[in-house]
Amino acid sequence: MKSIKKFDYTILLEKMTPLIAVILALLVGSVVIRLTGEDPIFVYKTLFSNAIGNRDGWGNVLFRATPLIFTGLTVAFAFRCGLFNIGGEGQMYIGTFLAAWVGFTFIHLPALILIPLCVLAAAAGGALWATVPGILKAKTGVHEVIVTIMMNWIAASLTFYLVLLYKASATEAMKAAGVQQMIPHTDEIAEAARLPRLYNIFKFLNIDFPAHNQVNVSFFIAIGVAILAYYILWKTKLGYEIRAVGYNAIAAEYGGISVARNIILAMMISGAFAGLVGTNEVMGFKYRWRQELFTNLGFNGIAVALLGKNHPLGVVLAAILFGILNYGGALVNIYTEGRVPRELIMVLQAIIVIFVIISDELFKRLIRQRRKIA
Amino acid sequence: MPEIALEMKNITKRFPLVVANDKVNFSVYKGEIHALVGENGAGKSTLMSILYGLYQADSGEIFINGKKANISNPNIAIHLKIGMVHQHFMLVPPLTVAENIILGMEPRKNHFFIDMEKAIKKVEELSESMGFKIDPEAKIENVSVGIQQRVEIIKVLFRGAEILIMDEPTAVLTPQEVEELFEILRSLKKQGKTIIFITHKLNEVKDLSDRVTVMRRGQVVGVKNIKDTNQEEIASMMVGRKVIFKVEKKPLNLGKVTLKVEKLEALNNKGLPAVKDISFEIKEGEILGFAGVEGNGQTELVEVITGLRPASSGKIFLNNRDITNDSPRSIREDKIAHIPEDRRRRGIISDYTVAENLILGSHYLSPFNKGLSLNFAVINNHANHLIKIFDIRPSDKDNLLKSLSGGNQQKVIVARELYGEPKLLVAAQPTRGLDVGSIEFVYQQILNERDKGKAILLISADLEEILSLADRIAVIYEGKIVNILDPKKTNEKEIGLLMTGSTKNKELLKVK
Repeated sequence: MKSIKKFDYTILLEKMTPLIAVILALLVGSVVIRLTGEDPIFVYKTLFSNAIGNRDGWGNVLFRATPLIFTGLTVAFAFRCGLFNIGGEGQMYIGTFLAAWVGFTFIHLPALILIPLCVLAAAAGGALWATVPGILKAKTGVHEVIVTIMMNWIAASLTFYLVLLYKASATEAMKAAGVQQMIPHTDEIAEAARLPRLYNIFKFLNIDFPAHNQVNVSFFIAIGVAILAYYILWKTKLGYEIRAVGYNAIAAEYGGISVARNIILAMMISGAFAGLVGTNEVMGFKYRWRQELFTNLGFNGIAVALLGKNHPLGVVLAAILFGILNYGGALVNIYTEGRVPRELIMVLQAIIVIFVIISDELFKRLIRQRRKIA
Repeated sequence: MPEIALEMKNITKRFPLVVANDKVNFSVYKGEIHALVGENGAGKSTLMSILYGLYQADSGEIFINGKKANISNPNIAIHLKIGMVHQHFMLVPPLTVAENIILGMEPRKNHFFIDMEKAIKKVEELSESMGFKIDPEAKIENVSVGIQQRVEIIKVLFRGAEILIMDEPTAVLTPQEVEELFEILRSLKKQGKTIIFITHKLNEVKDLSDRVTVMRRGQVVGVKNIKDTNQEEIASMMVGRKVIFKVEKKPLNLGKVTLKVEKLEALNNKGLPAVKDISFEIKEGEILGFAGVEGNGQTELVEVITGLRPASSGKIFLNNRDITNDSPRSIREDKIAHIPEDRRRRGIISDYTVAENLILGSHYLSPFNKGLSLNFAVINNHANHLIKIFDIRPSDKDNLLKSLSGGNQQKVIVARELYGEPKLLVAAQPTRGLDVGSIEFVYQQILNERDKGKAILLISADLEEILSLADRIAVIYEGKIVNILDPKKTNEKEIGLLMTGSTKNKELLKVK
């Protein structure tokens, strides 16, 4: 066969499939909006101009993107080892609660110690929760999807038990009225455990930024973790082994790589990423643990990883896109006085995900057809 | 002039990075057996896929019985009485022979019901016409590979094929089965069928076919009458240069015992005994060949020795040290190299680059690591070095392994495994699916290792390979060593019969 020295445009096309999918999804979404009797151009204009047209919008978008970066990396990292970790939700619960617990328990420590301690607690909690399905998969072959789903429910129940155990004491007003604390949340974490909001940093740099904006230092932690994930996967022998197991466990075993060890390690690291959601939710935002039944941040991480093609950079971009849709969608709802419901934007997110899957699959078929050579 | 059954004119087919067929002209006479040979990637399969309607040519014309044909899908090919027997059988294992044959063209009774009686009768007629019997009601999963292939042939004939394309039909057969297949093909020829026979194996071309078309790099380099040519000529046409077919072996120079296996037993994946009471030794400078039909315990034996499967009992010693059931990593560190039989599944990570594949197994060792990170400078140098020595093509270390041809993938494996100066080389089916040039390369590497005083365990289903490389031949059947033979005092026929378990006839077979 003769080689043709020609640029292989298929590689470029492959990288672009998510972008194409997003554009197609927006087009289909505009039809849906039209069907509800609204003007799609107005809706999209409102959505994007408010979400990314000013600093406040950007702040809100990044604040919403932060936890999705963590949970997206959770899914992406495990996936590189051939594992489908859909237990991000549960790992996030345990990590987040643990960060809160450290934050409201060791209240006399200085920030320099307490903040790293809380971050470590968040990561450790998530890692611990993911290690269980990791060990079960590695040693007994039980499928991680089943175990991680189960562990989500255990985590939700466990934190519910713990929140009652560590329930915040009644406020002065409650005491005066003679009622007990009814909200299922813990005490606030110490001031020294709180991550500064970006407003504080911008103020220091003399940059104009709204004080009410909730985006905080956790966003930088998320970016750092994305870089770390990239470094581990592509620059270290651990990453070499993890990806080898993910691509071809049989060949990895042949190459003297312990499949079991790498499955457990990949799950631990993946879970640690999920746990770090606590840095945003507790250390940077609510300053306490509040019980909810599934925030969906963990599950949305699956969509983010999918859209980001399981690459850290892709995950960051996909999380930001979801942040835009999420925040912009809320504003569209307000600006149209409720005529365009937020759910419509959720429909848009779903369409994007479906399009990514379809275009990926179509692309693979295209490649397969073209590469069937001699 | 014989009548032309099929003619392909100026066929060109481009893929994104290659021209698979470059103005190919190919014609076949009615009633002949026509061999189509060429190295992997020469464009044979592409050409046949175009003929069968799986691909469309970018340009060129096809004539069937003199009439121009536009074959845009396999249904049209079937309609034109062209049939293809694929290398990997397309059968439904839980269905019976007859059910598989009629699949998609079921004879009907009262419009709604399958007429099984008619189907069974038709299958019996077809098989008898080729001189063999087949049980139409046997389930595919219970019959041998050789029988499955016959089912495929009947399936094609059932659809009325006059032109049969056989894609490397002998790759999966034992020597006896190959001979039987040839008988079937010859009887089909007598019935006036036209057969196109794709193969790598040149002795088969000589035995069976009337004419041969040789392809190289997407082009036809020659068409010969078998009477007017010989294997050496075909081989040099295929690779574009002379090939040494006679393996030149230096005299045996034995050292001390490297590998000693004692009463080894192991189970297969189903938990049944696969390796039964196997004992042998390999000395430095010696090649011990294991001959046997696949699935007789060779895979499991290799896996036990390389630490990939636990031994249920028995011992393995390397230089007198017990290494039984050590981890694969520790066995690699003991300098046992392994060329695995299933290249794609076990030997390579096809989504890794050439450079990444070349460090598999030693990726954690010091030169390839600096502090916490992989040392890409060293890894890349290492890759470029091996690419040059082993002539891996294309020579770019950043190519994904899946983009390389089978022969070059095997070169990557051989390069990696030999790099660490092993004491023992375990080579399982090292030339399977390779073209002539790559086979020659692998043979040379194995013999070099032998001459350097390494011990070599060679497993092969190819008897010619075993006979020409091995210094001793162990025949394995149902997990046991039937006999250990001297290659100078045996022949293919004797080994072939031992391989199929015919030990009873051993006396009758004594080599003259």
